[in-house]
Amino acid sequence: MTNAVLTGLVLGGMYALIAMGLTLQYGVARIMNLSYGEFLIGAAFASYWLFTGWALNPLAGLAFVIPVSFGISYLLYRVLLTPLVRRARTRDALEVDSILATFGMMFIVQGIMLTMFGGAYFSYSFLAIPVKIVGEVLALNRLIAFGLAVVVGLALYLTLTRTRIGTSIRAVAVDPIAAQLVAIDVTRTSALAFALGGALVASAGVLISMFLTFSATSGVVFTMKALIVVVMGGVGNLLGCLVAGLALGLSEALVATFIDPGLTLAVNFALFLGVLLVKPAGIFGRAQR
Amino acid sequence: MSRTQMTTGAICLAAVVALAFVPMIVDAYHLALAISLLQFTVLATAWGMFSGPTRYVSLATTAFFGVGAYTVAVLGEQLPWSLVLLIAAVIGAVMAVIVGLSTLRLSGVHFVIFTFGLAELVRQIVVWYEVNKTRVLGRYVFVDITQNDIYWQLLALAVIVFGSGWLIARSRFGFALRIIGEDETVARHCGINVTIAKVALFTITATFMTLVGAIMAPRFTYIEPSIAFNATISFEVVIMALLGGAHRLWGPALGAIPLTLLFDFLSARFPSTSTLIMGVVFLLIVYALPSGVVGLWEKLKAWRPSASNVRGAQA
Repeated sequence: MTNAVLTGLVLGGMYALIAMGLTLQYGVARIMNLSYGEFLIGAAFASYWLFTGWALNPLAGLAFVIPVSFGISYLLYRVLLTPLVRRARTRDALEVDSILATFGMMFIVQGIMLTMFGGAYFSYSFLAIPVKIVGEVLALNRLIAFGLAVVVGLALYLTLTRTRIGTSIRAVAVDPIAAQLVAIDVTRTSALAFALGGALVASAGVLISMFLTFSATSGVVFTMKALIVVVMGGVGNLLGCLVAGLALGLSEALVATFIDPGLTLAVNFALFLGVLLVKPAGIFGRAQR
Repeated sequence: MSRTQMTTGAICLAAVVALAFVPMIVDAYHLALAISLLQFTVLATAWGMFSGPTRYVSLATTAFFGVGAYTVAVLGEQLPWSLVLLIAAVIGAVMAVIVGLSTLRLSGVHFVIFTFGLAELVRQIVVWYEVNKTRVLGRYVFVDITQNDIYWQLLALAVIVFGSGWLIARSRFGFALRIIGEDETVARHCGINVTIAKVALFTITATFMTLVGAIMAPRFTYIEPSIAFNATISFEVVIMALLGGAHRLWGPALGAIPLTLLFDFLSARFPSTSTLIMGVVFLLIVYALPSGVVGLWEKLKAWRPSASNVRGAQA
């Protein structure tokens, strides 16, 4: 029981971190990014490559992966997605366009990874040292990943609530048109939020690669879980990500331990539907439209 | 019925009759290609019938396709063929009603997320059931269905799909759907029950997709969940419908034909990079042809007379 709860908490923490990036991309930049999980796997492969090829510690690798993915995401938004934002007349039209564009992008990134690494599963052993915590044994790499997820999440929260740029990001999330009235450059802020989301998912990818096996095609599952967490928690809400992410991780771990590990996705969707039947806008979402 | 309508009807009838004779003329390779063409034409048209007017992007084609194929794998040897098809259709319809009722009442995002995961979800449940209850994973399909039968069944289904699409477009139901596509709030104020209309349309089109899967199942011979619920099918269907133009009944078919040929060529020549190339083709279509070939054609047609009008006004 304790073990299941601990595993669930670690997993939930990772889900929350992944979802925070997506909530920035979807809540602020209004891009429903279906290729999101592919970038997570991309970062996992980068970390694998740095670790096995250059013997670089994944934690040190973060210092390399995060800025690169920030840059890639920024360029992606500026080059590929800004035309869609300009073309879209309404928010719904942008949603449809961004879904289609990122759906295509998902196959491109997946295709690149498939040609480079093939379809096999990859993993590497880093800090797989057993650690005792409240009477249960847990691998050190999971604990470190969880700790770093907490640090990154907290840093993001403080940035968004305490700094000027964070405030402008939140303003764009609330209303992109009204934000222009107080001299916020919406295009730039959106690009920044999208790139921040990309950096977050890349850091999550590096952390996850330390303790999970992954393959070129396993990004879809992460996209799905991130989407579920974001919508379940309420779009654009960091606290919602945290609560929904932990709920998802815990329920998954409990079901995997006590019922069957093959039913995790079913639990995810059941939880998702259950929450939405009661609160269609998500746990912390405000009713819109 | 006007004269042009009657000629169009006659041409369509002649085309169907001509297509029905294809299996007697061509060799096995070209028959297989014709089957793929028909398969994707039906799938893309069914996709366009729902996503065109309502503008909800469904990524769940393969979930229904797989359910159809898997039903045949389970029941194919025990029951007569027509009954198997009927059961597959019913299962697909029930699944569509459940998905539709639980997500279509909410905004479009929920629907996209749910359909995005639906194939994976159904696959996982099927695997779980097979591993724990029946203890077989992967089944052989031994039914007495030839390639020619598959072809004719798909052709019949294509006729039914186009026929029902044509009827829906001319009914009150189709009119209601167009209003929903334009503006859902307006539709609700007109007294249209938006949820029922959307769920009904989703169910009809999903049933067609399930039937395609059921009809195609004998071609696989061996079916396991990862084959039946192959995500590439959802992807290919969306891109085909988009290339053709999902807002017209004929649009998706126009996209399905060239892209089926292209993907067939790609998977034979460049098996390792085909995913990448397909992604690039997809993006090109999304950016360059947002309303498809049909949309481009309509724009060109609308542009020419208006240009002469302008000149006339100036003179």
